[in-house]
Amino acid sequence: MEDPVVAEGLSRNFGKLVAVSDVSFRVHRGEIFGLLGPNGAGKSTTLRMLCGILDPSSGRATVVGFDVATEPEQVKQNIGYMTQRFSLYEDLTVEENLRFYAGIYGLSRTERRARVPEELDRAGLTERRDQISGTLSGGWKQRLALVCATVHQPPLLFLDEPTAGVDPVSRREFWAHIHRIASAGTTVIVTTHYMDEAERCHRLAFIFRGSLLDIGTPTEVIERRNIRVGVISTPDVAAAMDLLTPHPAIDEVAPFGDRLRLATLGGVDPVALAHEVLGAGPSVGDAREVAPNVEDAFVAMVHSEARNGDGS
Amino acid sequence: MNRMLAIAWKEMIQARRDRLTMGMMVGLPILQLLLFGYAINTDVRHIATVIYDQDHSAESRGFVRRMEATGFYDVVGHVDGYEQIGVALRSREAMVALVVPPRFGAEVEAGRTVQLQLVVDGSDPQVVAAATDTAMSLASARSSVLSVERLQRLGQPAAAPTQVIALEPAIWYNPDLRTPVFIVPGLVGVILTMTLVMFTAMAIARERERGTLEQLIVSPIRSTELTVGKLLPYIGVGYLQMTLVLGVGSWVFDVPIVGSIGLLYLLSVFFIAASLAVGLLFSTLAKTQQQAMQMSFFFLLPNILLSGFMFPWEAMPAPARWLSTILPLTHYLRVIRGIVLKGASFAELRGELIWLAGLTLILIVVVSMRFQKKLD
Repeated sequence: MEDPVVAEGLSRNFGKLVAVSDVSFRVHRGEIFGLLGPNGAGKSTTLRMLCGILDPSSGRATVVGFDVATEPEQVKQNIGYMTQRFSLYEDLTVEENLRFYAGIYGLSRTERRARVPEELDRAGLTERRDQISGTLSGGWKQRLALVCATVHQPPLLFLDEPTAGVDPVSRREFWAHIHRIASAGTTVIVTTHYMDEAERCHRLAFIFRGSLLDIGTPTEVIERRNIRVGVISTPDVAAAMDLLTPHPAIDEVAPFGDRLRLATLGGVDPVALAHEVLGAGPSVGDAREVAPNVEDAFVAMVHSEARNGDGS
Repeated sequence: MNRMLAIAWKEMIQARRDRLTMGMMVGLPILQLLLFGYAINTDVRHIATVIYDQDHSAESRGFVRRMEATGFYDVVGHVDGYEQIGVALRSREAMVALVVPPRFGAEVEAGRTVQLQLVVDGSDPQVVAAATDTAMSLASARSSVLSVERLQRLGQPAAAPTQVIALEPAIWYNPDLRTPVFIVPGLVGVILTMTLVMFTAMAIARERERGTLEQLIVSPIRSTELTVGKLLPYIGVGYLQMTLVLGVGSWVFDVPIVGSIGLLYLLSVFFIAASLAVGLLFSTLAKTQQQAMQMSFFFLLPNILLSGFMFPWEAMPAPARWLSTILPLTHYLRVIRGIVLKGASFAELRGELIWLAGLTLILIVVVSMRFQKKLD
């Protein structure tokens, strides 16, 4: 079966500004695919092109078999879309919002009558169905927005920064729900700049300044950076940072309270390096090597990109 | 002091960056000056006039020529009978009709008093005074000339009264020249313009501001389903407002409704559609509700001043009339006043309806070109 999303050389300019440049990737069925990158990197622009609401300047993409530029309406029939703004009508009740979106997606009266209470129940919103949506907390708004975006049971779901402004507990519940949806066969594409969320995706695409830097499972993406990471506790974090940062083997030093997170390039042992630079004794307390995470990989990739950029 | 200046400085920067507000600050005084300067002019000239000449004498033609020479009357045609005068007045082909009785020339020659009749459309009271005063002074001036001539010819003082030509004004449609009769039907048009344009412009700007428009664009809904669905409730609002204003107008201000209410409701759909299309056009231009509101306000001003709602259209200079011709309200006012005050028929309003339908069509084409289900 064909991949539900195929992007080939997708580019988009806004005037002189290049928002997305030559991005190609494939998303497989039932996968949670993350578009990762800092704000303004081109994640949302890519997503909007895939939804058929923004024409690509060049390149092409097919979504569930339809071309986004020439068959946008067929694309729209087959996708759900949810943004960080949640796009609810704040002056309608929970149930009215859901009924409205069910109508917009062309569900018949009888389908609507059956589906709306069913979906409300599944999302745990039944008790709140007469509440005005504007008075819901961020987490509940997010749940309602997700139910509204999936009421027509689309095979493909786009989520644009879906957890912005939502508390940690609601975020976890949200991700659990996304995994349930995906295991039921729905393909999910999600943009985020939260690195912990990126690790919850099956596969990731790193986007930086409009370009695709890397693509793969979180483990693959981390391994390809070829970095080692150490956590070092030290009494004077600021002074230690100043000493470590200029060292050529060190890619990144980041403070975390009374500890430093140290990433090294070229297979250099971060713990040994810390002892070497800071000297033995009281200036280095507990030091140990840890497994690099997606955030380390992302920072390393951005640094490497900056070095290459400076070189050219 | 520093704190206050910091606020003033920030305010100036914000005003300068908001181009629409800046445009209004500079444009509004100029627009108001021009509009008021042009519109508030109650010297009505060039009143369209038809002649019902039952005499066809040199004297009657002379009187018509002298009327035209004053610059107050433009003769637009000749009619045969009161029935045709009615048609001309209801279709707004003319606002005044001069009726010359048979044997007018011969009677004047003989020195007997003859009455000319000046039929005036009373639906705009401001036109009536200008129209009758000038014709009356013409009649008495001509009478004096005639009596002097007669005196010279006969060489004896006239026994008959000097006023040979008497002019009798006949005011049709609003014989008491009551202002509410003139204002109330017009108010329906103004209120519809105000609310329909503003409501639609704001309704879509609100969706854009809150991000729900993006959610709608990404759904399979068609542009026409979205816009027509959005406008349908406002058509109902339009009819409700119309019913309220006319109902209260006839109940409290005793405004007679001469023509067919059914015809009025039927034809109003053209104007409601045009107003909604203007609102939609603004909504494609405005990014925020505030901008939509500013645009609607900007649009309302020329509508009130130039459409003929407050000031007689006949008194405006040509550029103001051209501008008013592209305002749907100008044409709708003639339709609603025509039906409510004069009992005009569909055929008599055809010209205005063609204009209204044409404007609506152009607006819809422009809007559908601008209103795309895309973000950029």
